[in-house]
Amino acid sequence: MAELKALALLAALVCGLPAAHAVEYKTVALDKSKLTFNYKQMGVAMDGQFKKFNPQLSFDPAKTANAKASIEIELASVDAGSAEADDEVVGKSWFNAKLFPKALFVSTQIKPAGANLFEVTGKLTIKGQTRDVTFVLKHTPQGSNGLLSGGFTLKRGDFTIGEGPWAKFDVVANDIQINFQLTAQPGK
Amino acid sequence: MSTGSYTRVAKGLHWLMAALLIGMLSLGFYMADLPLSPDKLQLFAWHKWVGVTVFALVWLRWVWRLTHRPPAYPQSMSRTLQLLAHGGHWALYALMIAIPLTGWLMSSAKGFQTVWWGIWPIPDLLTKDKEMGHSLQEVHEALNWLLLLLISGHAAAALKHHWVDRDDILTRILPQGKKHG
Repeated sequence: MAELKALALLAALVCGLPAAHAVEYKTVALDKSKLTFNYKQMGVAMDGQFKKFNPQLSFDPAKTANAKASIEIELASVDAGSAEADDEVVGKSWFNAKLFPKALFVSTQIKPAGANLFEVTGKLTIKGQTRDVTFVLKHTPQGSNGLLSGGFTLKRGDFTIGEGPWAKFDVVANDIQINFQLTAQPGK
Repeated sequence: MSTGSYTRVAKGLHWLMAALLIGMLSLGFYMADLPLSPDKLQLFAWHKWVGVTVFALVWLRWVWRLTHRPPAYPQSMSRTLQLLAHGGHWALYALMIAIPLTGWLMSSAKGFQTVWWGIWPIPDLLTKDKEMGHSLQEVHEALNWLLLLLISGHAAAALKHHWVDRDDILTRILPQGKKHG
């Protein structure tokens, strides 16, 4: 009988409790997620996006101590606004995607920063160079899913994105605004 | 025989437009096939800024033309030649409107907004559409070949009037051409 009671308690823990607690997000629905960027070219606002990226997370908004997030971006999947720009930006002076095909972000800390807001700190590696980044993540519950959104300004010069004739910021600005919207789903 | 001269403003606008159009034609054909570089983007930006300026100037010029009657053609010109000259001039006006307009439309369709002198954003007339952008580029280019042809005809006709017909068609548009020669 004691065994049966213990089993029932375990079952309640596993199945019954998540309804009362916040869920832990484990996967991302890629078809409902976006990774975009904005920049200025001679004063003209331009936008683009990465079509292929692979986010991994284990994130419980109610319990962030062990929360983790990472995202791997396939740089060759860039859409920088025109075919000419796409070809240019994967080339040697920009991403050098042949040698460095992926950009990687790995979180080191996620902590609460207000209602549905979190401060995420982590390491961003592009073109073999790693820099610390910090940004605010917003959590918007959508049924059992959650929309995780945020963004930050990347200085392309910090990663030598755009070398040689592009290294000056008079034509393509140094500031690149990165924005993401990820639809996170609870794991089993 | 004299037929009078153009107003100072008409002359000024004529030669300003002549300089801008010849500069823009040369720049346009030169920059179109350049490999991508910061210089190319800079040239495109300048081309678009000057294009917007030309578009504004041509309306001003049109208003001036409609409110200030230009001197008549000399009697020595046949009716057919006078009609041809009129047609040529109106075609030039039409192209001076249509060419910047197709440039503006093509920029919009290609997703590159025009920000005049890098400061004033000009509204996009079309939403981004690659196919449309490509078609408009072809139209922009074709119209410019037509403009080049018309400008050559225009200049050749002026020289013919000066050296063959020996009338004052050329001199009356020149800066020093007298109002009542």
